Amino acid sequence: MSSLLNQVRGILLDPACIGEGEVGRLMARLLGHRLDYADIYFQYSRHESWMLEEGQVKSGSHNIEQGVGVRAVSGEKTGFAYSNDIVLPALLEAATAARAIARQGGDLAVPSAWCSSPVLDLYQPLDPLTSLEDGAKVKLLEQVETEARRQDPRVKQVMASLSGVQETVLVMRSDGVQAADIRPLVRLNVTVIVEQGGRREQGSHGGGGRFSYQDLLAKGAAATYAHEAVRQALVNLDADAAPAGTMKVVLGPGWPGILLHEAIGHGLEGDFNRKGTSAFSGRIGERVASVECTVVDDGSLPGRRGSLNVDDEGTPTQQTVLIEKGILKCYLQDLQNARLMGMTPTGNGRRESYAHIPMPRMTNTFMLAGRHDPAEIIASVDKGLYAVNFGGGQVDITSGKFVFSTSEAYLIENGRVTRPVKGATLIGNGPDVLTRVTRVGSDIQLDSGVGTCGKEGQNVPVGVGQPTLLIEGLTVGGTHGS
Amino acid sequence: MTQELKPAASVATTPEALRALISEVLAEALKQGASAAEASASVSQGLSVTVRLGNVETVEHTRDKGLGVTVYFGKQSGSASTSDLGPEAIRSTVLAAASIARYTAADEFSGLADVASLAKSIPDLDLYHPWNPGADRAIEIAAACEHAARSADARILNSEGASLSSHEGLEVYGNTNGFLGAVAATRHALSCAVVAQDDSGMQRDYWYTVARDVRDFEVLESVGRQAAARAVRRLAARKLSTRETPVLYEAPVASSLLSHFVGAVRGTSLYREASFLLGQLGKPVFAPWIRIYEQPHLRKGLGSAPFDNEGVATRDRDLVRDGMLLGYVLDSYSARKLGMETTGNAGGVHNLAIEAGADDFPEMLARMHTGLLVTELIGFGVNTVTGDYSRGAAGFWVENGEIQFPVEEITIAGNLREMFRQIVAVGRDVDQRGNIRTGSILVENMTLAGS
Repeated sequence: MSSLLNQVRGILLDPACIGEGEVGRLMARLLGHRLDYADIYFQYSRHESWMLEEGQVKSGSHNIEQGVGVRAVSGEKTGFAYSNDIVLPALLEAATAARAIARQGGDLAVPSAWCSSPVLDLYQPLDPLTSLEDGAKVKLLEQVETEARRQDPRVKQVMASLSGVQETVLVMRSDGVQAADIRPLVRLNVTVIVEQGGRREQGSHGGGGRFSYQDLLAKGAAATYAHEAVRQALVNLDADAAPAGTMKVVLGPGWPGILLHEAIGHGLEGDFNRKGTSAFSGRIGERVASVECTVVDDGSLPGRRGSLNVDDEGTPTQQTVLIEKGILKCYLQDLQNARLMGMTPTGNGRRESYAHIPMPRMTNTFMLAGRHDPAEIIASVDKGLYAVNFGGGQVDITSGKFVFSTSEAYLIENGRVTRPVKGATLIGNGPDVLTRVTRVGSDIQLDSGVGTCGKEGQNVPVGVGQPTLLIEGLTVGGTHGS
Repeated sequence: MTQELKPAASVATTPEALRALISEVLAEALKQGASAAEASASVSQGLSVTVRLGNVETVEHTRDKGLGVTVYFGKQSGSASTSDLGPEAIRSTVLAAASIARYTAADEFSGLADVASLAKSIPDLDLYHPWNPGADRAIEIAAACEHAARSADARILNSEGASLSSHEGLEVYGNTNGFLGAVAATRHALSCAVVAQDDSGMQRDYWYTVARDVRDFEVLESVGRQAAARAVRRLAARKLSTRETPVLYEAPVASSLLSHFVGAVRGTSLYREASFLLGQLGKPVFAPWIRIYEQPHLRKGLGSAPFDNEGVATRDRDLVRDGMLLGYVLDSYSARKLGMETTGNAGGVHNLAIEAGADDFPEMLARMHTGLLVTELIGFGVNTVTGDYSRGAAGFWVENGEIQFPVEEITIAGNLREMFRQIVAVGRDVDQRGNIRTGSILVENMTLAGS
């Protein structure tokens, strides 16, 4: 048994006096009914956050959440119950409730031995919360404030937050597979308000990943993020009304990859495709993008916010090619949907916590680099929009319509980036937007580590990325008619 | 499938037990040297089932508990929370909060709500109507609802299913100024989402009913039929060309406009000077006939609360009258920062509504004459600092007061400051299902971006 697994069992099971025998009893309770699969998910999470405003860290919070989720699967049916008392009677009760979706008379045997799932080594099993003295966390936020204010006298307000999570998980499955993971996650965020002549604008930046606060400090995050937030806010002070209508759009590298998350990623999640409710249903092998486009989901990148050593069902994460040279290749799968569709799990079975049912979810979703010089891509556009920073996005899976909203964008006029324009929502159709991508830059970049994806009320950390790319026609939702 | 979850013996689920827990936490905080403290605890349990294409898809039993505490050492504060309510966890949670308070800066505005503002009596708002349908009955209801949707129209060829959920919870809040209050509440919901399909492609839509008391549910077949009708009417949607147009927000999406208003008059947005309504108190911000008000004590109301998250008494009030902004949305911290008094909104607004006009929905369409009816909004393109507004939309093109054809893949944009003043009418087709209630809202002019 690996040392990580021992460590996790020590954290999750030992305090509750739950050993092999007790887990066996739990499994036996579940498998007393006719099931295809069952699993038990133990979790212990610690979370902290510190908030600065008006130059002072005035509030901080610390949160502990622990519990066990018990799931029973029979065909398309899922029975689920959880408890935040990690004690055997409560867990047996949860198992009884979960298994009720299936008839009496089980034919699955309780595993006689546990085999460990291969687990990647993408991050250290460290505790971010103790990776820095509390006083130093406060200093880090104060440094953000100082850096932001030093940039420009027009900075009126600085809000900064620092948060850290350590999530310890253990999944035990009816097929005898067990997997453990200790997942650190840190994040630093800055928002500034600037004012000039009575006009106020804001700018935000942030980042983080599966590492310690020390790593964040070593990256010089405090100064970098503060500068970037101020720069964006000042750009927006000069922004004019954004154009309205369909036009050429050049997206910058990195975070604008939220395009791929909304337009492509959600529509390729296995559950929607099994049910046939996605605009991409039944389209594997078809062209859904120009030949310039190769899009992957990769949960196995070291230290990234969207990465996992093992997903929440014990499947190791991997790089999954979703679109290769424009052809749709693969869906994102968890165990249940992969089984029902006769496909292979892709390590995308994720859940917000023990109190939620796993679903196919993205990890880090990005487009691979192309062959074009980003400067030439901009120069090729007579008239259009150059969008480099975004807020959130959303998609209607069934109609395929998706949106994402700019927070920093400029006009392109005669091949040159000219005036900044106000935030606008861009709207398109997922299954065909990438067919209009005519140029893909060589400057692939991943986002700085701020993404959170919500689906059916469950939030999970994700990453996105892309090179600079040109979309020949996308609707820009400004107020200025052309 | 008649398994019911019974509360485990170790969980404090009675008001008395939770009150005792809060008293214990507050005592522990004082013992650890805090000058003041406040704590809240909650327990909840419930069941939710989903039926898809006539078959059970999920049966989910939920049971949650949590405890949160904020401790004050003079003007320094720290917070902590836990899902473990055991005696050891209480001590360590208070300790965690206290250790944070050592590092936070002294803030002259921090502290508990003023004693005078605390609720003196706690009215029974009739929020607790436990149902416990059991999994079998819940499945039957969801199945009947989905069946009604699928049999409503031949073009309903697929489904995301119908879900029934029933939850009950108990929340207790207390502080060292002597306040200790408990509220028990239930919430039951039935929703249905189906997919319509024809040669033009697929469209999904949904409908739902939600209530404190299941006897107040919309008829379950009606929920299914509405979901079906809404999905079918979206088929063969077109894109429109870019234009300036009046926009009628259908009631279920119109409440988002009021949410943006609340976001702009919230204390944090104001003292951070991050609101397009900064400095507008006492000034006209809406069309001159508009009234927006809060009714926290509505019996069975989905947003009802006898006291807010700080124990402050909630009360009826007008936020906007004759189009003038009369009040902000404040907790005691932001109120002190602004030199004002708390409005009892720690945790948000309670049953916010905009006064309905005389027109029903067809009359609202007729009033618009020609323009865009919006039935769905997507994305987050709203900037509270500037009021700039740009969101993805789907709906219908209307001419001569009649719906002409469905539209999609368009955006609507404007600035909220202007949009609020340009509200032409509010319908009496009020959607009662949420904490924010409004009829359809007609905005005089917005920019529609399309092809």
